[in-house]
Amino acid sequence: MKFDTPATNNPIDQLKVVGKPTNRIDGPLKTTGTAPYAYERHDVVPNQAYGYVVGSAIAKGKIDSIDLKEAKAAPGVLAVVTAASAEMLGKGDFNTAKLLGGPEIQHYHQAIALVVAESFEQARAAAALVRVQYTRAKGNFDLATSLDGAVKPPAVFGTEPDSRFGDFDAAFASAPVKLDARYTTPDHSHAMMEPHASIASWDGDRLTLWTSNQMIAWSAGDVAKTLGIAKDKVRLVSPYIGGGFGGKLFVRSDAILAALGAKAAGRPVKVALPRPLMINNTTHRPATIQRIRLGATTDGKLTAIGHESWSGDLKGGGPETAVGQTRLLYAAPNRMTAMRLAVLDLPEGNAMRAPGEAPGLMALEIAIDEMAEKLGMDPVAFRVLNDTQVDPEKPERPFSQRRLNECLSIGAEKFGWKDRNPKPGLARDGRWLVGTGVAAAFRNNINEKSAARVRLDRNGLVIVETDMTDIGTGSYTIIAQTAAEMLGVPLTQVEVRLGDSLFPVSAGSGGQWGANSSTAGVYAACAQLRTAIVEKLGLDPADAVFEKGRVRLGGKSVALAKAAGGGEIVAEDLMEYGDLAQRFQQSTFGAHFVEAAVDAATGEIRIRRMLAVCAAGRILNPKAARSQVIGAMTMGAGAALMEELAVDKRFGFFVNHDLAGYEVPVHADIPSQEVIFLDEVDPTTSPMKAKGVGELGICGVAAAVANAVYHATGIRVRNYPVTLDKLLDKLPDVA
Amino acid sequence: MKSFTYERVDTPAAATAAFARTPGARFIAGGTNLLDLMKLEIETPGHLIDVSRIGLDRIEPTSDGGIRIGAMVRNTDLAADAQIRRDYGLVSRALVAGASGQLRNKATTAGNLLQRTRCPYFYDTNQPCNKRKPGSGCAAIGGFSRIHAIVGASDACIATHPSDMAVAMQALDAAVETIDTAGKTRRIALADFYRAPANTPHLETVLAPGELITAVTLPKPVGGTHIYHKVRDRASYAFALISVGAVVQRDGRGHVAIGGVGYKPWRIKAADAELPRGAKAATAALLAGAKTTHENAYKLPLVERTLASVLAQAKG
Repeated sequence: MKFDTPATNNPIDQLKVVGKPTNRIDGPLKTTGTAPYAYERHDVVPNQAYGYVVGSAIAKGKIDSIDLKEAKAAPGVLAVVTAASAEMLGKGDFNTAKLLGGPEIQHYHQAIALVVAESFEQARAAAALVRVQYTRAKGNFDLATSLDGAVKPPAVFGTEPDSRFGDFDAAFASAPVKLDARYTTPDHSHAMMEPHASIASWDGDRLTLWTSNQMIAWSAGDVAKTLGIAKDKVRLVSPYIGGGFGGKLFVRSDAILAALGAKAAGRPVKVALPRPLMINNTTHRPATIQRIRLGATTDGKLTAIGHESWSGDLKGGGPETAVGQTRLLYAAPNRMTAMRLAVLDLPEGNAMRAPGEAPGLMALEIAIDEMAEKLGMDPVAFRVLNDTQVDPEKPERPFSQRRLNECLSIGAEKFGWKDRNPKPGLARDGRWLVGTGVAAAFRNNINEKSAARVRLDRNGLVIVETDMTDIGTGSYTIIAQTAAEMLGVPLTQVEVRLGDSLFPVSAGSGGQWGANSSTAGVYAACAQLRTAIVEKLGLDPADAVFEKGRVRLGGKSVALAKAAGGGEIVAEDLMEYGDLAQRFQQSTFGAHFVEAAVDAATGEIRIRRMLAVCAAGRILNPKAARSQVIGAMTMGAGAALMEELAVDKRFGFFVNHDLAGYEVPVHADIPSQEVIFLDEVDPTTSPMKAKGVGELGICGVAAAVANAVYHATGIRVRNYPVTLDKLLDKLPDVA
Repeated sequence: MKSFTYERVDTPAAATAAFARTPGARFIAGGTNLLDLMKLEIETPGHLIDVSRIGLDRIEPTSDGGIRIGAMVRNTDLAADAQIRRDYGLVSRALVAGASGQLRNKATTAGNLLQRTRCPYFYDTNQPCNKRKPGSGCAAIGGFSRIHAIVGASDACIATHPSDMAVAMQALDAAVETIDTAGKTRRIALADFYRAPANTPHLETVLAPGELITAVTLPKPVGGTHIYHKVRDRASYAFALISVGAVVQRDGRGHVAIGGVGYKPWRIKAADAELPRGAKAATAALLAGAKTTHENAYKLPLVERTLASVLAQAKG
C-alpha cells in the first residue's frame, strides 16, 4: 500500500480499540519474569557454552602480542577467539569501529578476544589470563581543544551540515537585543537495564542469533556483512528487549563474538557484555560544544537565529546533529546553522534517544530563556510570539500540524505559571531556593516503510507477524490494537509475534518512528486480509463491515472463524510513503514545565514536579505513550542534573564506566510527573494519523530544569550537567 | 573471579583459627563489596571464611553506660534499633543515608567499616592504582578526581573512604574491638583505626592479618542534636560528595566528622573546639593543609557551607 494522499476516514477512526488506554498485552510476562530475554533463552538450543569478552586496555595503538597459553589451559575453556583467529572479519554498514579489534586498537575496551568455556565463571576467570602486550599511540581525546581541526561532515540521513537563510550576519550585527553564548553537553550513556546479549548457534552454514536488538533487518545485514556470509543465512530473533535507547540499533560485539565463539567451539555460545565493559565497548551520545546567537527587536521578535555545534567521533563516524531543530522551531527571517566534526579517539559516538534534538535543545532552550530575560519578557510569551506555522527555511512548506503554542499555554495554565515572580532568586521555602522553568519540546516525525503478515486462523484468531521490535515501548500492544480495530475482533483474539528476521521487514524501533510506521504496516496487511476474507466469501470488500468477530455485508453476517473455512487466510503488505513528508513538515511538539529547589547552602538540586504537554498526532495507546513520556522526562532530568561520562583525556576513556559512577535518576529524584496529550490527528503521516512520542518526551526537559535552577538561584549554568559545584561560588552566604 | 575455597565457622575463635590455617584468606559476612571486587579480580582470595553465623549480632549496654554493637549486626537492624535511634541518632541517620534497603539488609557493622574506596581507577584493572597494585602509580592524580580526597592524601593515593556509618561513629568516638589469630583481643579507637595512605595506600587499617572485628562500641550518650547531612548529586543511592555528621549541644559545643574528604572519616579535635565560633572557624581547623585538584576544589566551600547549614539547623 502506498500512502501518498492525506488519510480520510478509515476503520481506525472507529477508535473502539485504538486510542484507548490499554494495558500491555505482554505485561503479565514482564511482571512475572517469564518474558524470555536474549541471555535467558536456555530452551532454544541445547549445550550452550559461555563466552566472556576481553576489552582492550588501551584507547589507541596496536597489539604487539597476545599470549593465550594460560587462558587456553584454564579449567573448562573450549576456545579463544581473536582477530588473528577470526580472519578477514568485515565491518557492518552501521558500525564505525570494528567489533573485534586487533592488531590495530581503535578505542578503549574495544573487544580483542572472546574466551569460551563450559561455565560463565570459567570463561570470566580464563579471560583474565589472556596476556596482551600493547604499543600505545598518541590519541586525541579532548573535544574542547579539537575545534580548530574540526571539519564540515557529510550529510547525515539527508541532513546537511550547514544551512543559511536571509542574511544572518547583517541581521545579528544590527539587532537591538542580542545573545551570544556557548553551551556544552557531555557524553551520555544509554544505561539501559538489559545489557547487550546474544546466543549464537550454527547449523551448517546457517547462523541463528537470539539477541537484543532494535533493528532486525539492519542488523541481520550487518551480521552477514561482518562475518562475510549471505544475509539469508542469518536469522535474528529478538522478541523482548530490556531497553535500548539507540544503544541497540546496531550489531555489537556480543552478537559477532557469540557467532565466532560458537563456530570455534563447535556448539552454541552465549555472550553478555558485563556492565563495566558496556560503556566504552558500545556506543554513546557524543558530547557537544554549541554556540548560539540570537538577535531580536525590542518588542521580542526574533530577527536572527544562529546555531553552531561541534562534536567528535572516531574517524569515519558522524556528528551529533544538534542544530537540526533550530532550523524549524522558531520564526526569524535570517538564520544560519552549522555542524563541525572533530576526530576523537574515544569510543564510538552514535544515536541515543532523540539524537540531535536532545542535546541541541539542551542548549537552544536555555538560550531562549536567556533572551526572554534580556527582553524583559515572560519565557512562555516569548516563545508563543516567535511561533511559525511554516518551515522557516522554506516558507512555502507548511507544518502538517503545529500546536506548540497550545502546548505552552495549556501547560502554563495547568502548572500555575502565572504565579511566578519573573525575577530569579526570590522564592524561598525554608532552606530551599525554589524556581520554575519552561522549555519547548520538538522532535521530527519520521515515517519508514514497514511490512507485516496477518493470518486469520481456523479458530478466528488473528496472528500478526512483523520483525518490528518492542524495546519496552508497547509495540506488541499497539500492533494488537491496530489489528483488532481493523478486523473487528477483541484484543484477546489477536496474537502478535515480533522481532524475528523470518517475519516481514518493519520500520524497527528508532527515531520515534516505530509506533506510527509499524502500525501503518499492520494496517496495510490487515486491509489486504479484509479483502481476502471478503473475496473468499464472494462479497464486495468496499461495503463489508468487520465487527464483533464477524464480517457483515447487507443482510449477510459470517463469523471470522467460519470465514477462514477450516484453513487459514494469510495476507502480507508493505506500507510505503509518497511525498507528503516533503510537502508538509511533520514534527511533534511539546512543552515542559519544571519546579526545582536548590539547597541555599549546599547547592543540591532537587526537582519537585514536572509537567509535559505533548502534541504528537493520534495517541494510539495513551497509557503506553504516557509511560514513554515520563520515562523520557526522567532521562532528561538525568541529563540536566547528573549524567556525564567523565573523559580521561590522558588515557582516552570514559572513567565512570559502571552504574555506581554513571548516575541516572532514582525514584527519589522524581517526585511528581504529569503528562497531557493534546487531542490531535495528523492525516498526513499515515492511515493511523499518529506520530512518535518516545523521543519527544526527552526533548527540552534538561533545559526546563536548568531554567528552573536559574529561576531559583539567579545562577546561569551553561555547561551540563548542572551540578552543585557549578553553583557554590555564586550562592548567597549561609546565614 | 579466581576459584576459591569456602568454609563457614560458628565462633570468632574458629574464624581466626581458620585464618591461621589459610593465610591470604578473607573473612566474608554480607559480601556486598567483597564479592564485587572478586568478580573484577581486584580481590583474589584463595579461601573465604564465612563469619556471618558466628553470633556477634546483638546490641548490648556496656559497663560504662555506652553500647556495644556486635560486628555482625546488619545495617538495617542497627539503623532501626530503638536505643540507637534514641541515644545515637547520628548513627541511624548516617546508615539510612547510605546504599539501598537491599544492601543494608546484607551489610554488617564491621563490614561497613572495611568497605573499600569507590575511586573508579581502583575498579578498573587496566589502570595504574597504588591501592590495588602497589607501585603501579595513581591514575586519579591528574585524572578524573571530582570525588577524591582533599585532606590526608598522598602522592601515591587520593582515594576517599565511602562509608556514611563510619562518619557518625567517628563523631561519636567509637572504638573497634578485635580478636587476633592468637586469640588476643584488643580495643582500637576508630580515630586510630584507618592508616593514612602515605606510600602504602594498599594498607588501609591497623588490623593485623587474620585479626577479626568483633564489635564496635560507643561511649555513654552525649545528648545534643544529631544531624547527618549527606551531599550528593542524586537524591538517593549515591556516595557522598561530602557529608557532615555533627552532634551539637544547646550551648553550641559539639563534635563533627566529615565524610568524602579523606581516606577516613575526618575529625579534628581542634575543630570541635571551634564549633561554638561557627562553621568558618571549625572548617579552617578541619581542612587545614587541604590539597585539592581542579576537579575537587569545590569541596572546600562545600564543607564549610554544609557545616554552616547543619549548625543553623541545630539551633532550630
